[in-house]
Amino acid sequence: MSKILKEYTYTPAKIDKGYSGKSLYIHVGDLRIEEKEVTEFMKEKFVGGKGFDLWYLWHAVTPETRWDSPENEIVMSAGPLGGITQYSGTGKTLVCAISPLTDIPIDSNVGGYYGPLLKFSGWDALELQGKADKDILIFIDGNKGHIIIEEADDLPEDSHLLAEELTSRYAENEQDKVNVSVVSTGSAAKHVLMGMLNFSFYDPRRKTVRFKQAARGGLGTIFRDKHIKALVVKYKGIKGDTNNPADLATLNRVGIKYHKQMHDLDDKQNAMRKIGTANTIMVMDKYDLLPTRNFQTGGDPDAYKISPQVFINEYLTQGIHDGCWYGCTMSCAKTADHFPLKTGPYAGQCVTVDGPEYECAAGLGANLGIFDPQAVLEQNFYCDTYGIDLISYATTVAFIMECYEREEISQEDMGGLDLRFGNAQASLELMHQMSRGEGFGPLAGLGIKKLKKIFVERFGADENLLDDIGMENKGLEYSEYLHKESLAQQGGFALTNKGPQHDEAWLIFMDMVNNQIPSFEDKAYALYYYPMFRTWFGLCGLCKLPWNDIVPADNYLTDTPAKVPEHVQNYVEIFNAVTGKNIDKEELILQSERVYQFQRIFNIRMGKGLREHDSAPYRSMGPVTREEYLSRQERYDKQLQELQGLDPSTMTLDEKIAKTRAYREKQFELLTDAVYKRRGWTNNGVPTIERLQELGMDLPMLLEIIKPHL
Amino acid sequence: MKALHHRQEICTGCLACEIACSTAYFKTEDRNKSSIRILNNDNTFHANICTQCGECINMCTAHAIYRDRNGVVRINKHLCVGCMGCVGFCSELAMHYSDDLPEPFKCIACGICVKACPEGALEILMSKS
Repeated sequence: MSKILKEYTYTPAKIDKGYSGKSLYIHVGDLRIEEKEVTEFMKEKFVGGKGFDLWYLWHAVTPETRWDSPENEIVMSAGPLGGITQYSGTGKTLVCAISPLTDIPIDSNVGGYYGPLLKFSGWDALELQGKADKDILIFIDGNKGHIIIEEADDLPEDSHLLAEELTSRYAENEQDKVNVSVVSTGSAAKHVLMGMLNFSFYDPRRKTVRFKQAARGGLGTIFRDKHIKALVVKYKGIKGDTNNPADLATLNRVGIKYHKQMHDLDDKQNAMRKIGTANTIMVMDKYDLLPTRNFQTGGDPDAYKISPQVFINEYLTQGIHDGCWYGCTMSCAKTADHFPLKTGPYAGQCVTVDGPEYECAAGLGANLGIFDPQAVLEQNFYCDTYGIDLISYATTVAFIMECYEREEISQEDMGGLDLRFGNAQASLELMHQMSRGEGFGPLAGLGIKKLKKIFVERFGADENLLDDIGMENKGLEYSEYLHKESLAQQGGFALTNKGPQHDEAWLIFMDMVNNQIPSFEDKAYALYYYPMFRTWFGLCGLCKLPWNDIVPADNYLTDTPAKVPEHVQNYVEIFNAVTGKNIDKEELILQSERVYQFQRIFNIRMGKGLREHDSAPYRSMGPVTREEYLSRQERYDKQLQELQGLDPSTMTLDEKIAKTRAYREKQFELLTDAVYKRRGWTNNGVPTIERLQELGMDLPMLLEIIKPHL
Repeated sequence: MKALHHRQEICTGCLACEIACSTAYFKTEDRNKSSIRILNNDNTFHANICTQCGECINMCTAHAIYRDRNGVVRINKHLCVGCMGCVGFCSELAMHYSDDLPEPFKCIACGICVKACPEGALEILMSKS
């Protein structure tokens, strides 16, 4: 039995219209536990989820706070809709902290049961501050109103072992395991800056613990720096009315309508129930969007080897529920069961691999030049159990591989690893080094921004080239979409609050394939509306996928098919049904914008958040190298003629590359101008007082930050 | 497998089956709480009843639906979380719900309606599948 360091009893607050009205603060350094009131002001201005996280984080830190400062907090919240069972994608937890990769707030949206069970245990949010001096575990029993902090030195580090052990420890029997959820990371998180958090849920059919990830921005790294080994929550009694909604009948009606759409249409649309997000691999390849070999090209003749059909036919268990929260009939959280590992400390064991998600197959597959589904899944497993964000990992290693192949760094610089494109064994060994804290692993785990500097200063690499091909913005690695031909998506990645993650805006098809937003104003509107709309999922505890990864059969007949109007109305109705409020689709956007502007000003407070921090590496805009240009020469030559009136037949290759670059960089600047204007920002990216007044967000604490920049 | 079978050629649409069902399980004469629903289509009476096909078993998001030893598909109310996913997913539209009930409900081929039917239009059939 581990030594108990602190016990705390409380009376679990009754949930009222989606809120418990209380949040939990734990200082893991001095073991202080406090209860805080969730105020009407917080609900009105910040709604919940990411909004509550950012509000608490703002008050916890100063402009000087960095990721490893004791006052940095990991804050998590499920949001008012989090935990309802009637609609798909309603079990999300939003997690925020000051990121080790970006030095500004990161926010991550994660499935699994922790957030909803935390709320039903009486807590709308959880703040974790301070640093423990030894490894600890925090257990919350939401039925008994009991919190225990205990030593956790004796527990395994890797998530698949740790969460299994803790789920068994805290469940009374097999049937009780679904009532336990664990937050953990893995052995690599204390050696890299791209550590992530696993949120567990027990799968009673497979009789195993499964995971979803709060992956981006180094949350797992902070978790281990605080010496937290695991968070465990237990709550038994989930029903359709546990969230105590104002209008259960509407929740039932809207939910059933949605479930029926899923039943009738998923097979005809994205087959999310069969393959999940990886359904798009071959679509991305077809449209030159699948990032290949560090985003050099958008596809590869070998992409079929990691196609959805390969995973469906050979690896992924079919035909049973795979949701990461109750009621999610999209059921996209697929697994490869009984998967035999070939490398690392668990070689020879058969495990359950949660995935592959699209990002995994695209990142750990195509972007590393690895077209081997077995290797994709093995990397997927090890990233997860070691606690490594596989997006940052894939984009960073793709960068390293290109640096190596262009002889900017040597095999010796990488401690002997032969990290060339396609070498899955070298990538796996790098992961194992990250886990052990040995060799090249910890260096690679610093992420692209820091590696660029190190490669230049230590290994003599070409600084300009590395700036061009290192796919990071604000310090965060790009997620896995090639977007050189979509100006709107260049903005969708770079003009973000937390860094280039596609959950703010994914406009490639609207922009590039369907040409629905041709003008700068059209693109600027899209880069206003969609980031705001998608932010709302994070305020409420929702998943984005059920919004548009299935659409009503007659959606194409609407005025704005890309918005999926019927599903937007569903969200308006379920929000009102839970909270008893009376918002409409316009107010929904304003709810988001209040938090979006707050986060932008938070970035400015932390020393970023201005125009210079929204710049993008040229690899995201156009062809950096001769090979890149030549690989799509017909396209680029045609653009020189049509867009610039130039005659490519009279130009050298280098001249064509230079003219293309000058044009595209100018386009990006013009886009930035238009987007800033639409978002109510100055030309330097600072929210204006007028816009904040319109939103009711002209709070003195915010005005104090922006006034010196106006 | 045990399942309720309806013979529409002799059904008169008296709805005694619906009343018997809702009364037995929910103590009310309310067809919205009956697991058998008789639908009148130009005086031809069609019964909306569970075929015990089991499509809902694997899709259940709480692993609460199972087939019992008689082959009847049943809902474990202790495990059900009231998501109503099975209501939307039932191809026969034979999984029902009511806003004042925490779980959906369905025909479990108990035979109460068979006894209540004055015309003998309902029977419980056993099949090997």
